[in-house]
Amino acid sequence: MTFVPPASPDIAVTFQSTGYWTGVMQRLKRDPVSIACLIILTLITLSAVFAPLIAPNDPSVGKVMLRLKPIGTEGYLLGGDELGRDMLTRLLYGGRLSLIMGVVPVVLALLIGGTLGVTAGFTGGFVSVIIMRTTDVFFAFPSVLLAVAIAGALGSGLGNTLLALTVVLIPPLVRVSESATTQVRSLDFVEAARASGAGSFSIIRVHILGNIMGPVLVYAFSLLSVSIIMAAGLSFIGLGAKPPTPEWGLMLNSLRGAIYSQPLIAAMPGVMIFIVSLSFNLLSDGLRSAMDVK
Amino acid sequence: MNPVKEANRSNTPVLEVAGLSKKFRVPAAGIGQKPRVVHAVSDVSFRLAAGTTLGIVGESGCGKSTTARLIMGLIAPDAGDVLIRGDVMGRSAKGLKRLRRQVQMVFQDSSASLNPRLTIESSIIFGPVVHGVKQSEARARAHHLLDLVGLDPNLYAGRYPHELSGGQRQRVNIARALVLDPSIIIFDEAVSALDKSIEAQVLNLLIDLKSEFDLSYIFISHDLNVVQYISDDVLVMYLGEVIERGSTDLIYQGAGHPYTSALLASMPSPDPERRTLVAPVSGDPPNPIDLPTGCRFHPRCADVSEICSRLQPRMTQAGVSRSIACHMADRKSGHPKAGALGK
Repeated sequence: MTFVPPASPDIAVTFQSTGYWTGVMQRLKRDPVSIACLIILTLITLSAVFAPLIAPNDPSVGKVMLRLKPIGTEGYLLGGDELGRDMLTRLLYGGRLSLIMGVVPVVLALLIGGTLGVTAGFTGGFVSVIIMRTTDVFFAFPSVLLAVAIAGALGSGLGNTLLALTVVLIPPLVRVSESATTQVRSLDFVEAARASGAGSFSIIRVHILGNIMGPVLVYAFSLLSVSIIMAAGLSFIGLGAKPPTPEWGLMLNSLRGAIYSQPLIAAMPGVMIFIVSLSFNLLSDGLRSAMDVK
Repeated sequence: MNPVKEANRSNTPVLEVAGLSKKFRVPAAGIGQKPRVVHAVSDVSFRLAAGTTLGIVGESGCGKSTTARLIMGLIAPDAGDVLIRGDVMGRSAKGLKRLRRQVQMVFQDSSASLNPRLTIESSIIFGPVVHGVKQSEARARAHHLLDLVGLDPNLYAGRYPHELSGGQRQRVNIARALVLDPSIIIFDEAVSALDKSIEAQVLNLLIDLKSEFDLSYIFISHDLNVVQYISDDVLVMYLGEVIERGSTDLIYQGAGHPYTSALLASMPSPDPERRTLVAPVSGDPPNPIDLPTGCRFHPRCADVSEICSRLQPRMTQAGVSRSIACHMADRKSGHPKAGALGK
């Protein structure tokens, strides 16, 4: 039984309560870790977007004399890579691809997986069996292996990497949105909505989506870091971006020969991957706890 | 206010339920075992006269709520019809939409039946907007109704359900049920979760609204005092079957079905002299999967006779406005006490 408080004389004078999302943002603002991650991610995103304006050098032109120069070399603030190209410039440009590879597959998978999951959860029965058992097949493969297999079969290239990552990210999103939908569907307010004569579409739009949005979005957010790491991994093994494109995973691979001579430079792309994916992870954690409050 | 409602205030009952039945299939418990069947509601029939309140009483699990959901078409019946003013509603999407404009429902759990992400106002206007009413019009109507159920729209329309008390939330649910201008409202244990004082307020509100909007009510409850207070007629259910129906006054006088008598005897009374000394009925209701043969109440009945386990009793007229499904009400049944009931 739920505890039902007795009616008290109301002295509240609020005319419009704060909405759910306003409350979430307020709680998020009070979390220093989340704010720090948000600032870091904003800076990295802005520097990636405006890379052509702020980068000091051309990312694909190297100077032989400046090969593997240490950090702080004249003109090359963060040193030079194995072909004498400016590390700072390449890191800035590399952020563009890495961020795209992180965000785009997640957004696509959220749209496709979310639609499938909500359909399965709301319809139930045969439709649900088909959708859910099909996703189960994908779960049989480790996700990294599946991404490698798809990208390998389709051949290297950015489009194929995006496709491979999207396919890998769809099944977990189907599962999360399906279970969230199933929970909400059985609540009385959905039955009340059906009793008012509403069709499935308006019930999903008004009553289901609003209630599953929180957990599904938080989950998708936590997949961003997974997607970035997998994209970098695919590039590292030669299935993603092709040289001389600046991309963090690819840079990590091409600098791997310099790990003994210039370890700091060789590690730099990895550090960037680490910072971005950690920030996404911590931010999604913060978001989760900000949404948890009733 | 609704001309159709006025015109039909004749002898045709506003709602008629004919032979409503529902069985739920339970998957087999193990390999080699047969899937089992739960007889949730069996052959329930009744009429609801315009402007009256029908109370449905019975123990937990006797099929009260399933009956309500069958009437609303929230679950599809195996057999039976729902007629509104003599008009069969049917099971098509169109029929259901027509039915749901006429019949609305208020649920027991006031907080689960409101979307936590929607403001009170948005929850109320959802129904009309779905039916094609303009947003501004629906909003005006929602505010009017909030005022009628005793919530100042200026204070409450923009709030979220968790900011309201249980009683206030149930008032919102009532406003939502009213907003589509139905002729019938089903209350499924709608006041059971409220405090006694709030419960009384809400009951009185329901009585006021009934005359104001020319409504008919189906009031489902396990609280016999509340049902006696609000109902004109009562339907007693046991294990998915109607075992007695009649006017509230007659039924609360007693001398009806043995199960009804047991229910009435278990009613708490404020009078300390009237104590329940002997447990009026013992044991739990039988499993609705393996129903008893004959009369479904016979394993717990004090007046059980040989015929009770053999033959299912039929609904027998006992007096002007009362029917009982018991062999003792049927003079020709062969039960030793045949004809003893319904006097």
